[in-house]
Amino acid sequence: MTATTATVKSSSPLSIALAWLVVLAPTAWGVYLTAQRAANLFK
Amino acid sequence: MSLLSFLDRDRSIASPGYSRWLVPPAALAIHLAIGQVYAFSVFVNPLLAYKAADGSSWSHKEVGYIFSLAIAILGISAAIFGKWLETAGPRKAMFAAATCFGLGFLVASFGTTLHSLPLIYLGYGVIGGVGLGLGYISPVSTLIKWFPDRPGLSTGLAIMGFGGGAMIGAPLANNLMAYFKTHSTIQPIAGAFFCMGILYFLFMMFGVFMIRVPAPGWKPAGFVPPAHQSAMISSHNVTVNSAMATPQFWLLWLVLALNVTAGIGILESAAPMLQNLFSGKVTALAAGGFVGVLSLFNMGGRFVWASLSDFIGRKMTYMLFFTLGAVLYFLLPSIHMLSLFVLVAGVLISMYGGGFATIPAYLKDLFGGINVSAIHGRTLTAWSTAGIVGPLIVNGILDHYKATNRPLAEAYPTILHIMSGLLVLGFIANLLVHPVSERFWIKDGTPIPADTGGH
Repeated sequence: MTATTATVKSSSPLSIALAWLVVLAPTAWGVYLTAQRAANLFK
Repeated sequence: MSLLSFLDRDRSIASPGYSRWLVPPAALAIHLAIGQVYAFSVFVNPLLAYKAADGSSWSHKEVGYIFSLAIAILGISAAIFGKWLETAGPRKAMFAAATCFGLGFLVASFGTTLHSLPLIYLGYGVIGGVGLGLGYISPVSTLIKWFPDRPGLSTGLAIMGFGGGAMIGAPLANNLMAYFKTHSTIQPIAGAFFCMGILYFLFMMFGVFMIRVPAPGWKPAGFVPPAHQSAMISSHNVTVNSAMATPQFWLLWLVLALNVTAGIGILESAAPMLQNLFSGKVTALAAGGFVGVLSLFNMGGRFVWASLSDFIGRKMTYMLFFTLGAVLYFLLPSIHMLSLFVLVAGVLISMYGGGFATIPAYLKDLFGGINVSAIHGRTLTAWSTAGIVGPLIVNGILDHYKATNRPLAEAYPTILHIMSGLLVLGFIANLLVHPVSERFWIKDGTPIPADTGGH
């Protein structure tokens, strides 16, 4: 296949979503636990 | 080494159609991992209580050196290896960061098992510290190249991860130590260090596999560089060595150092400060909650302020930090309403985080993108300096008040007023920042040291 006939393969929305999930899932866990601790200030 | 050839810069050039939105998760994987260093305090009490076979144990000071060493090596390695990173490319640098950070934990685990403090210093402090420094700067210039339209947002996203890393690292370490205490004969701290070394290495390898540099000449769809942009955004490049000869570099170094020193003034003693200023009204548990609130503001501020800087400009963003910050630090001790005090302290810490997150884009604006990682690495020595100066000021004043039998509640206004004064100095330093003189620019045809390969 030559460069002129090659098709551009775009990143799928699913792969983008999965990549973000990998980093946001542990972040959300950490933020949730921190927010729980922070709530003690207002109890 | 064909197995490792995938780490080469040439092998990490994105194919057409590769979404730039896959790059921030790669950077976040690195920063979320290395941000663990700010959760090191969870190991302090277990390390203090851990006794060797002969009954000996470590002092507070000896254990404290582990964290200090890691932060000092972070700054030094970022300054030293930044230039190498520009030639090696982000993937190789991120791999080196993952290896060092993971290996550092494994060596520290071995050292804990043997009750050998020098091995823990070597592992977590030195080897892990190199991983911290390399990891911190490795995705920065790549993000700036992928997001020429929003450099603040992109670097803010990554550096936000560093703020969030402690939120993951602390509960992870606590859970692992609790597991090894009840389910295994392995020393709990050693077990936690070992597992964290493996887990963080794998997590960072996700970033290594995902990272791509844009192809030469790539631009975001529809992006047209503005014909007339602010004089504070240069379309020329400056090498790292030339940058260090400019007053702008040292002014920004000062800007970062002063902003960080002031932030450390609150962070260093957040819980006891609240308990002293609101004596009888705040429990130890609530004071712990205050630290949690500040962590959330620290993380959020990194993203919000850096993103805002894309619209109002980097210089203006720091002007805001220094004017608003100086006023709020000055007023903070006279605020007697708890919720307002917490809110103001939160805003101040958001600007501390914002300072870290906005500096790469500020450097890129002034010195161009060619050597921005290396220049950023050298600037981070300001952080190491502030990490020493900030606690020295706070603890020096607290010790003085203790020694003279004066109530600590009276010490905090003095500390906060000094921090306000430091921000005034930061304001002046930032005010003096002007575009870099033409004589420092890389001229057409001049060989570029540590060239980024043109992309």
